[in-house]
Amino acid sequence: MDSTIAILAILDGLSYAALVFLVSVGLSLIFGVLRVVNVAHGSLYAYGAYMAATISLLVAPISPWLTFPALLIAALIIGVFVGGLLETFLLRPVYGREEVLQLLITFAVFMIMDNLQRLIWGVQPIFAAEPVRLLPNVSLLGVTYTSYQVILLPLVALGTLIGLRYFLRHTLSGAVILAVTEDREAATAIGINARNVFLITFIIGATLAALGGALASPTTSLVPGMGTDMIVLSFAVAATAGLGQIEGAAVTALMIGLARAFVIYIQPELEVLVPYLIMVIVLLVRPMGLFGVNKVRKI
Amino acid sequence: MGALLGAAGLMAGPAFAQDKPKEVKVGIATFLSGPASVFGVPAKAAAEMIAEEINKKGGIGGVPVTLSFIDEGAGGEALVSNFRRLVQDEKVDVTFSAISSGSCQQLAPLAEDLKMMNFMWDCGAASILEAKKYRYNFRSQANATPEMLAVLIYLLKTKPDFKTIAVVNQDYAWGRESWEIFSTALKQMKPDVKIVAELFPKFGAPDYSTEISRLMALRPDVVLTTSWGGDLDTLVRQAGQRGLLRQSTFVLGIGETSLQRLGKDLPEGLIVGARGDHWFLHPEMKNDPAFKAFNEAFRAKTGAWPIYSVYHMQQAFSALQGAYEKAIKTNGGKWPTREQVVDAASGLEFKGWGRPITMRAEDNQGLEAQLVGVTKADPAHNFMVLDNMMLFEPKSITTPPGQKSVDWLKTLPADFYKMNVPTFKHGG
Amino acid sequence: MARLSNLHRVLIAIAIAASIIVPALLPSWTTLVTLILAKGIVVLGIIILLQAGQVSFGHAMFFGLGAYSVAFWGKYLGTGDLLLYIVIAPVVATLVGALVGVFVVRYREIFFGMLNLAFSMVLWSLLEKLYHFTNGADGIRVARPTIAGMAFPPETFQYLLLYITLALALVASFAVQRYLDSPLGHMLKAIKTNETRLEYLGVSARKVLLIGYIISAFLGGLGGALVTVAQQIATPEFAFWTKSGEFVFIAILGGTANAAGAFAGAAMFEIVRFLAAAKLANAWQLILGVVLIVIIMFAPSGLIGLLKRGAASEGKR
Repeated sequence: MDSTIAILAILDGLSYAALVFLVSVGLSLIFGVLRVVNVAHGSLYAYGAYMAATISLLVAPISPWLTFPALLIAALIIGVFVGGLLETFLLRPVYGREEVLQLLITFAVFMIMDNLQRLIWGVQPIFAAEPVRLLPNVSLLGVTYTSYQVILLPLVALGTLIGLRYFLRHTLSGAVILAVTEDREAATAIGINARNVFLITFIIGATLAALGGALASPTTSLVPGMGTDMIVLSFAVAATAGLGQIEGAAVTALMIGLARAFVIYIQPELEVLVPYLIMVIVLLVRPMGLFGVNKVRKI
Repeated sequence: MGALLGAAGLMAGPAFAQDKPKEVKVGIATFLSGPASVFGVPAKAAAEMIAEEINKKGGIGGVPVTLSFIDEGAGGEALVSNFRRLVQDEKVDVTFSAISSGSCQQLAPLAEDLKMMNFMWDCGAASILEAKKYRYNFRSQANATPEMLAVLIYLLKTKPDFKTIAVVNQDYAWGRESWEIFSTALKQMKPDVKIVAELFPKFGAPDYSTEISRLMALRPDVVLTTSWGGDLDTLVRQAGQRGLLRQSTFVLGIGETSLQRLGKDLPEGLIVGARGDHWFLHPEMKNDPAFKAFNEAFRAKTGAWPIYSVYHMQQAFSALQGAYEKAIKTNGGKWPTREQVVDAASGLEFKGWGRPITMRAEDNQGLEAQLVGVTKADPAHNFMVLDNMMLFEPKSITTPPGQKSVDWLKTLPADFYKMNVPTFKHGG
Repeated sequence: MARLSNLHRVLIAIAIAASIIVPALLPSWTTLVTLILAKGIVVLGIIILLQAGQVSFGHAMFFGLGAYSVAFWGKYLGTGDLLLYIVIAPVVATLVGALVGVFVVRYREIFFGMLNLAFSMVLWSLLEKLYHFTNGADGIRVARPTIAGMAFPPETFQYLLLYITLALALVASFAVQRYLDSPLGHMLKAIKTNETRLEYLGVSARKVLLIGYIISAFLGGLGGALVTVAQQIATPEFAFWTKSGEFVFIAILGGTANAAGAFAGAAMFEIVRFLAAAKLANAWQLILGVVLIVIIMFAPSGLIGLLKRGAASEGKR
């Protein structure tokens, strides 16, 4: 392989990894605190995308630059309202119950949201590319990239990573969330209100999923079923990294993004296989994930 | 015991109903969910509109038509179960199924088992009717072979000098098979062309950035894609955003359905196929008042001009009407049995909203003309229209009966594409 | 205890009667009932693992293996015999199950679930991408096999397939119920309640779980073969994660306490989907999702639990 291709593949991998990171870090965060695998996470991604497109198409005639805040607003609307409602009315009643029931509640939510999405936004592909058009293209080695994809997306992902780190390490709410992630019993014993922590965490996680979708919306067609693949991909990233691992999710997303990009250049037929192959290999060697701490068996 | 009971139940139903029935029941399999609903939902709207129109005019042979729909998107189990329900419980008289070649592969043998006349109204895999001789299954349109050949010949006629080509197709039967047809024929007619990349991203892939980077680095003269729906929209838009559409000549094998959605994002000069001679500004039809009225009515109902799946639906209804009318005539004006209708459908000539179509008797394959053109801006529309349209006669570009497409394509002479094909200007 | 087994007897009688009468009256339901029974067999495997408190998010892997064993046999060796298929498919699934099982039984809970998911997604990607062997996303058509060397016309075949599936479902549920009531079955349940004690007693929890896992793989392969023959097609979707979710869904819907739940759940799931796809094509997922939430919130032991509760309150009166 020559160096040109390597550089191109790194750029492609980077922008892909940025989106995957945003979605999977939300999933990871939710699992870390609530111990729930949120199967509806991909639906939140899809709703974030659809909501962003809806708002963008509304505000674009006023000023195309308004589509940038629209992406953020869409993510917040979906994260806070849909995420908040899900946690309060569907997850809260089953916290004490078996894990499989909690998981299945989110599976049911996934089916319902998938169906509602068709009823709300229809089946025809929707496209709202304004934000990509506004930013200039950049050229490298004769290949044109949109700066939206190779500059903005990685920057947002990096910002999210730094922001999350700061929030968790340097704010009180963050410290509380971390405490619950590390040891739920002890945290509740010292009087931490788990109910609020769960709600806040779920909303943050849901907002991140929706933000991933909102940021993806200018580059892709919004179609029924778009969330289905995202769930399992972000799940692969979160599990490979170690559930609950923020930085780990970033590194793993980057690893999977780069591997995927290189594979498309060298042996495109293997593209779909790559993330899952990495997942199997990593989990066989380190079931707690690359960055997870060893809590695999609780005997 | 149950077997006997069940078999008896099967026999009792349809066979001798020669009195005029109260209704002709049509069961239609189409996508109401999933990505392919971009074809299925407009086609359903069309079916309702067409049935209403037929009934307004007194129905088929004086009998009104009623419709039942089943969703191809609900998965294989539900599709097969519901097909049986339509045939065995609702006792439909004919089925139109389906859009996806996968569904057709699944339902055609079942229809044959159940002795149910079935029009494969939209699916394109040539192999279905080439692998087996069916009595009850017909195709009321062309198949992938003439559809791709027309696009290839158009490319060879209009851009004879290209040296390299890349393909980006969806990874499923249509994407693979259409490329097999295209590349096999290409090797016959222009063996010196180099294929620089064969990319088959997953069906429904949300992002083609890496594929596009690779294509930009490879700089092929031509990029072929037979993708459709959201996949095509994403690919073309991402390619457009990064200038790839101007760097290489893009050939959108079945791009006709995406033109209205893609709007002004498309540049001029892209080669676009239509899976038949389907175009709401069909050069030979556009002044036909009935055609115009149909298009306007469809637009009023759905907000968009008809796409090929809408015209395919019309063809299935035209074929049905034609078969019944022919059977009634042969039967001396009396209502025909189902078997007589099936006999009548064989070799039937009928007309949809394009040139006349024949379902040839040897293999029940429809012979349908093909329309290919290039994109051109027209101030009257907020999307690209087709210009320099070529209309291909079906006979010469359809695999002869009894042969397999891939074998036949390998016998094509190098100058095959030099055939005479009339060209029509937009608005001309 | 006596009442329970009475209830079971009644349920079994109802199931057999329904499987025979319904298709006789409504021929189009024949395949549907076959599919319900075949999926019920797969879900039995899920129920076994749930006894040990383990949820596999990748069980569709064995379902897919069973399906593709049949499909590959048909594609490369010519149409086989149904009796051959229902041996080959579970054997393949069992072998792979033993291999994968050795790795996954080392883990519990979420880690167990994830590793299973990872394996099943690898299988799914291979089925999807190795187009030239597997036909990719479109899957492989499966011709109607002979039965004991005899070819049957389609109508007769679908009834024979139904009765064979019914017989296999009955045998499988009795065997699974037997297994769960045996010492091995109790040890399996001990993994959920107190694994440490199991180890203190000198029993290898891994071995116990591995046996359960292999049995569940066997059942997955058998069910996959039957569904494929009934549907006449095998597609990569059979091994996709949503399929795994569906099986767990059905198990919870029916109730995980015993074998009968698998079939009650499968019947509910398939019938709702079938009727909704027919009458409310736009909303079948919505309806199933709501049903599931209602069941989880208000009837935690599933449909069979509801029946039992009903039977118990009858008895009190």
